[in-house]
Amino acid sequence: MKKTKLRKSTVNNLITYAIVALFYIVVTVMVATGNATRHMQSLLVPICVNVTLAVSLNLVIGFLGELSLGHAAFMSIGAYTGGLLSIFMKNMFPNLPVMVRFPLSMLAGGIVGAMFGALVCVVVLRLKGDYLAIVTLAFGEILRSIIINLDFTGGPSGLKGVPQDASFTYGIILVFLTLFVINNLAKSKHGRAIQALRDNTIAATSVGINATKYKLMVFALAAFFAGMAGVLYSHNYSIINAGTFDYNKSIEILVMVVLGGIGSVRGSVIAGALIAVIPEMLRSLQDYRMLIYAIVLIVMMLGTSNEKLKLLIAKYSPVQFVKNTLAAKKVKKEEK
Amino acid sequence: MLKVENINVYYGQIHAIKDVSFEVHEGEIVSLIGANGAGKSTILKTISGLLRSKTGHIVFKGEDIGKVEAYKLVSKGLAHVPEGRRIFLQMTVKENLEMGAYTKGDDMAADLESVYNHFPRLKERENQVAGTLSGGEQQMLAMGRAMMSHPDLLILDEPSMGLAPILVQGIFDIIKEFHKMGTTILLVEQNAEMALSIADRAYVLESGRVVLTGTGEELKESDEIKKAYLGGA
Repeated sequence: MKKTKLRKSTVNNLITYAIVALFYIVVTVMVATGNATRHMQSLLVPICVNVTLAVSLNLVIGFLGELSLGHAAFMSIGAYTGGLLSIFMKNMFPNLPVMVRFPLSMLAGGIVGAMFGALVCVVVLRLKGDYLAIVTLAFGEILRSIIINLDFTGGPSGLKGVPQDASFTYGIILVFLTLFVINNLAKSKHGRAIQALRDNTIAATSVGINATKYKLMVFALAAFFAGMAGVLYSHNYSIINAGTFDYNKSIEILVMVVLGGIGSVRGSVIAGALIAVIPEMLRSLQDYRMLIYAIVLIVMMLGTSNEKLKLLIAKYSPVQFVKNTLAAKKVKKEEK
Repeated sequence: MLKVENINVYYGQIHAIKDVSFEVHEGEIVSLIGANGAGKSTILKTISGLLRSKTGHIVFKGEDIGKVEAYKLVSKGLAHVPEGRRIFLQMTVKENLEMGAYTKGDDMAADLESVYNHFPRLKERENQVAGTLSGGEQQMLAMGRAMMSHPDLLILDEPSMGLAPILVQGIFDIIKEFHKMGTTILLVEQNAEMALSIADRAYVLESGRVVLTGTGEELKESDEIKKAYLGGA
């Protein structure tokens, strides 16, 4: 039998898919056998929301190399678009099954999110680094003020009565979709072009890469998934408030990306889930939540930029321990 | 092949290029030489669309490219090796070369082979991350990457910058090889002696103007050049 050797990146992606699938199976079994508390179950959809947000923001930060601080704004666009559409469909077509209604709202939230993503990108096209970050931050704050001052969004009291259509299964489907699209993009010719832009814009242009096109593509795609995550979010809580989607939320998503490692899709998945769970575990310390985020950020930054510390962590990490033990066994066998 | 007519380029208020015109004919090696700040790199950036001229025309193979976006020039047959070895530091050598054929499509095995023949060092380091290469190797990589697109005109911006003399000789030998393969070359250099020795024709720039022009040999013998650039009496 001929063995086809898989590429390293393919193996890496498969491991990520396997982690998500395993998580889904374990949780589903736990819920079915009555081993999951209500509290635990209430965290499942937020985990999926976080993972989608983190992976999509990683596309902008990790692959394009631009710092966007307005990701929560795209999420809010999705949350409101999807929420309003679902309320509308529920009133106009009460017989429409959730299986049709919810995906339609998701799609709408994603598309409107992507449109805004492209819009913001046009504005920041000639900006880089700090300037781009500040414009995206301002965009988020402007959008929040607009939503609070509009009537059809429910104004400052928030949008009420969004049907609670979200479920863990929809959430996992969204996570898989996001992972699939972004992993495949990263491997494609387009993904290479995006990474080339990140490495050196002038060199990328000199080999014929259209910087504008790819920037737009990345911003729109990231906003598309952030919008979908927003739809999932609003259909989980039934009431949404514009205040939720302020710059603190954007920073929280940034924390997930940094915590998981900039550019690492699997890291974003794990960090997104952790950030959803940790605050619940630290419920008694709730006031200190942002403080703990801050400390985590500082430690991670120091850790990832310090070679010696990295080696130390690697030395004591369980993965390395297993690898070393296996290697030692192999050596012993060969000696025999 | 390339005709630059009467261009004027500004950086804000500063008038960097003043009424510059020159031509590169098919099959030639043409050098632009001049001291720091003479405007050499500015001219190249204008040709490759990173900067715009307020006046005049830039005509490449009969088409005015003065307003064409930078990224479209590669597919028209104009490749630019930017100053300062701008390679993709986080990609491997091979991936860098593949990016050079970005506009060409998928079958690049033969082109890779050809680049590796010119630069055996790159073959040895095929899977190494480009950021770990030495300065000379990075310059080779930038040149190899440009050749992957089969350009009709290759523009080289200061290929000898920051390289040891022995490496500079090697780089210029490669430029000659590319020329023999039928590539027209526009070379911008501070190293006037080297640039003049391989050039069919050359233009000398001083504070944004063309002050002298002639064949490489003529200029090399010219007293003015000797005084200003070659350190002769």
